[in-house]
Amino acid sequence: MTILLDPTSESQPAQRQGLSRPQSLAGKRVALLDISKPRGDVFLDQLEAKLGSLGVATLRYQKPTFARVAPAELRGRIISECDLVIEALAD
Amino acid sequence: MSAIPADFSGFIVIVKRDCETCQLIAPVLQTLAATGNCLIYSQDDPAFLPGIPSVRDDRELDVSYRLAIEIVPTIIRADAGVESQRLVGWRRDDWRTLTNNPGLGAGIAAFRPGCGSKSVDPGMPEKLAYKFGDTQVKARRIEVAPLQDEHELAFERGWSDGLPVVPPTEERVLRMLAGTTRAPQEIVGVIPPDFAPCSVEKVAINAVMAGCKPAYLPVVLAAVEAASRDEFCMHGVLATTYFAAPIVIVNGPVAREIGMNSAHNVLGQGNRANATIGRALQLVIRNVGGGKPGGVDRATLGQPGKIGFCFAEREQDSYWESLAVERGFAPDQSTVTLFAGGGVHVVGDQKSREPESLTRSLAALLRGLHHPKLYGGPDALLVISPEHMRVFREAGWSKARFREALADSLTMDGRRILAGKDGIAEGLPERAAGERLSKFREGGLQIVHAGGGAGMWSAAILGWAASGAKGSVPVTVPVKS
Repeated sequence: MTILLDPTSESQPAQRQGLSRPQSLAGKRVALLDISKPRGDVFLDQLEAKLGSLGVATLRYQKPTFARVAPAELRGRIISECDLVIEALAD
Repeated sequence: MSAIPADFSGFIVIVKRDCETCQLIAPVLQTLAATGNCLIYSQDDPAFLPGIPSVRDDRELDVSYRLAIEIVPTIIRADAGVESQRLVGWRRDDWRTLTNNPGLGAGIAAFRPGCGSKSVDPGMPEKLAYKFGDTQVKARRIEVAPLQDEHELAFERGWSDGLPVVPPTEERVLRMLAGTTRAPQEIVGVIPPDFAPCSVEKVAINAVMAGCKPAYLPVVLAAVEAASRDEFCMHGVLATTYFAAPIVIVNGPVAREIGMNSAHNVLGQGNRANATIGRALQLVIRNVGGGKPGGVDRATLGQPGKIGFCFAEREQDSYWESLAVERGFAPDQSTVTLFAGGGVHVVGDQKSREPESLTRSLAALLRGLHHPKLYGGPDALLVISPEHMRVFREAGWSKARFREALADSLTMDGRRILAGKDGIAEGLPERAAGERLSKFREGGLQIVHAGGGAGMWSAAILGWAASGAKGSVPVTVPVKS
């Protein structure tokens, strides 16, 4: 019988279920994440103003570069300081 | 575990029926068997010496493998369980001395060479190593059902880049691992996008599948190591919508030693090392890292080099220092440089005989890469052909002088490339109007010499849109044996 050796990492990357969407933004703090792509700030400025006018608290964050995954420290800060994230994904 | 019984003192003889010398010395074996301190093993037929019922069965080749038998007959003298001497083939005087029996083999020829041991038949050492040895190979073993096609299985399991792969059998992987002195479980790097630790063994399995020879493995390992360096940013190179993929450039003696192509059709097909080393790296990213098109690989168009893109620099008759030397390595050091690159662009200049003219031609091509009105974006890799190199050589231009002249030709007045200018919306913002801009970031243009001897064509390979510290920079690592 032919035996082949597995070329993969033999591990399943963790699959996480997304959290359910909140019914309301009342009392929530929203992270606005700029991934450092062009014009992400333009998009987030408008969201910040819109959410502010609705009385929703926002905090701004920025990835050092869009080319790499967000540093663990940044992810940790967002998790500890906010309830929701809106990310300006692409230019 | 030794095949010699503990505390055994006497002789061990390994024979096979399919060996005329073994048959010739049957009377000798009879004499030795009668002494009571001789263990005789047959590799193919334990009954072929009818007068010696005590012949032991080694058809599984367990004993032969453990005793590292290469020739039959082999006689080994053991003292208290430890080998003290061995003879191969039949040489009467030597056997007499070894056994201290002056009459041994009287009446038969004084000398006959032996035959090859069945344990060293082609492919057998790897089979036996897997069965009886400590290979340290830990990968999951997947049984292929008798009627199942192993090539189709590889497709079905998602291991393939779209082309057939060589089935990674245990024997092939062991042969591949013989191409390096590194331990199978040594971790070479962490491979995105799953950030999975990748062992030498996993690289070897994927190198088998790509079609590599064992001698290529050190180059593949170096390429995997380079791809897993943070500054290369393989995760981004994979995830981008742009064209980039790791391009492997090999410098130093290893390129010649493994028969890489640096001449005619250097960026094309037809050379096994060029074709399979780059493919092996891509298969590692696919299979170990989990990076697949439509998954984390989000390329809009991609490019054919994503199957694998690898070539060697033509160093033997280059007038300039090589890419690796420019990057701080000695000329006799074998290296792999990884460049995050896209497709190949051509500059055909058959008229320039002066270096100034040719430099301007090459600059015209480079200025148009990505977009003629965008500066400071992707890096580039310039491949200078031998006939174009000749122009610089005859004028006595060093690489440094060429770089200087080229940099001048790659500088642009910002006003000429503003957004909207020439009826093209793409371009630089108004604030660039007063600036002199360079097409490439500092250190963003790599230059190599490669190609066939005829043809006044050179090529530029476009880098990744996110070149430099924010994304990917070229990475050079030494090739380790």
